[in-house]
Amino acid sequence: MSKDRASSRSDLTPSQSPPVENPFEGVNFAELELSLYRPRTLQSTLLSGLVTCMTFIALIPLFAVLWMLIWRGGQKFSLALFTQLPPAPLEQGGGFGNAIVGTLIMVGLGALITVPLGILTGVFLAEAMDSKLAEAVRFAAKVLTGFPSILAGVFAYGAVVLVTGGFSAVAGAIALAILMLPTIILTSESAVAMVPAKMKEASIGMGATGVQTVWMVLLPTAMPGILTGIMLAVARAAGETAPLLFTALFSNYWLISSGRADLMQPTASLAVLIYNFSGMPFANQVELAWAAALVLVLLVLIFNLIGQSFTRRRYEE
Amino acid sequence: MSKTQVRQEVAAWHPGQIWQPPTKAQRWYDGAFRRLCLVFAAFTIVLIAWLALGIAYRAIPAFQQYGLNFIYSTTWDPNKAQYGVLPEIWGTLYTSLLALIVGSAFGVAAAIFLSEGFLGEAVFKGLKAFNLQFHPLWRKLPDRLEQILKNLIELLAAVPSVVYGLWGLFVIIPLIRPVCNWLHEQFGWFPLFSTTLSGPGVLPAAFVLSIMILPTITAISRDALVSVPPKLRMAAYGLGATRWETILGVLLPTASRGIFGGMVLGFGRALGETMALAMLVGNANRLTVSLFSPANTLAALLANTFPEASAKEIPVLMYAALILLAISLVVNIFGAFVLEKAVGKGEAK
Repeated sequence: MSKDRASSRSDLTPSQSPPVENPFEGVNFAELELSLYRPRTLQSTLLSGLVTCMTFIALIPLFAVLWMLIWRGGQKFSLALFTQLPPAPLEQGGGFGNAIVGTLIMVGLGALITVPLGILTGVFLAEAMDSKLAEAVRFAAKVLTGFPSILAGVFAYGAVVLVTGGFSAVAGAIALAILMLPTIILTSESAVAMVPAKMKEASIGMGATGVQTVWMVLLPTAMPGILTGIMLAVARAAGETAPLLFTALFSNYWLISSGRADLMQPTASLAVLIYNFSGMPFANQVELAWAAALVLVLLVLIFNLIGQSFTRRRYEE
Repeated sequence: MSKTQVRQEVAAWHPGQIWQPPTKAQRWYDGAFRRLCLVFAAFTIVLIAWLALGIAYRAIPAFQQYGLNFIYSTTWDPNKAQYGVLPEIWGTLYTSLLALIVGSAFGVAAAIFLSEGFLGEAVFKGLKAFNLQFHPLWRKLPDRLEQILKNLIELLAAVPSVVYGLWGLFVIIPLIRPVCNWLHEQFGWFPLFSTTLSGPGVLPAAFVLSIMILPTITAISRDALVSVPPKLRMAAYGLGATRWETILGVLLPTASRGIFGGMVLGFGRALGETMALAMLVGNANRLTVSLFSPANTLAALLANTFPEASAKEIPVLMYAALILLAISLVVNIFGAFVLEKAVGKGEAK
């Protein structure tokens, strides 16, 4: 071998070098082909098929739910749903305008409480990355994401309903705020942390104080991400039922009467209406529950899409 | 342009001195803002303690009256003032475990499907079959499709739980009832099938629950699989491993910690899930292993009993809430801890 190489180096003309051995001599090419008759490849192909099937099976419920909503909820769909009050048992027609208003007001109120808290906490986490407190807060926020929604309701019942002496929109909003908080904290942290360091350094280098940097550089730059987080949290809160069951309860009347909203009254919400009406033995109520479910899912989807549109625009830039 | 000219020009744009150090007020504002952020951040930790203590405080009367017997006892009778939540604790764990088994099988499968480029390969094969070359129009198609599929799976989590409950009540239960009753007739001796399904029960509840926790498991497992260092994958392929030898021998073991963390968090979700269960589990105070029997869970008990509870019953329900809080906090903290470690491990490489 070494002799061959030495001789080929000394020879200047290529024609005199020894003929190149065929490196594939003795190799059975048929054996290298991908063949389903071999256990290894057969297993691989079968498992690929299995995983593909399982993924699409996992999506069946989504389409089944959406189809049922459109089919059963769509039958009842009309403008009256949005303008009328829930019907009494055995009464025909009716709508759930007050529940839509109630849901929006409670979610809005909850967001009002939790957004400043969440964003500033997110800023703190992104700025004080490695401090012990930041680690603990981040961990607490992660634990809160999995906090059972009904316990937020139980807490608000003890802390607000029992204290103020009645079911109210405020109690519902506080329960929802607790559930929105972790999402807003964690998304605003990652949005602020993604602001390029040079922008922050440039701001500080020009003599801006910390608070000026936060308001004029960090938050404006991170705003799309933060807004996405807020919309996701709002979408989640809009669909929550458990925390409202015994904080806001339900009501058959408009929240806004004679021009002013009474936030200390029991308040209707779409989610609780679906729950209450689904258990009733009256066909009209069940139909309304389906229509309300359709409206609720549309509402949640719209919030989700708005949220995603903020980040997608930034991504495409 | 001389220095003074520049200064004059800048001063014309910005009246007043712009090169002054921060004034006392600005410095005070800065300090106050920093402190405010700190207080808000610390509030998150305070909030968890407040949630736990607030519920515990309201549960004190019931705790004094029933003590630990509350956990072991199986009767729930407001008329005799006898309360016990063993069936509810069992029901919570049982339905969540069933949901976890189904949810993680499908969830991890979906995570593998979404992270290993199956879809991209299929699209390429399709393009090849139609003899289409690369073209700007469909160059991004594989990525786009994968993104759409990922969003669809996440959409499963966006559907409110009360809507799943409604769907389960009017679609799933009528659909599976004949099958369940046939199973009961044929295999009634088997403990899992020992009763008939007359309406709401463990199986429809666990089924809907598994759909609801699937997105959590898929998202976390997918993150874990994607963050496996590419060189491990390439090395396995380079040694001649088939795709599934790579997945089963290299990728899943490497990502196992993240996948396990996702399963724990999914389990935690299932424990606290309320509305779908309150509508589907049957609200029966029964200690059972049968899949078709009605049962109850802690969260469903709270949802069904709380709105009409008498003043005497409130502390008892608060006690039940405290038990649910304890179980779900332990599971969630454990899950967050596992994932924290998993991330730390990935960074160390």
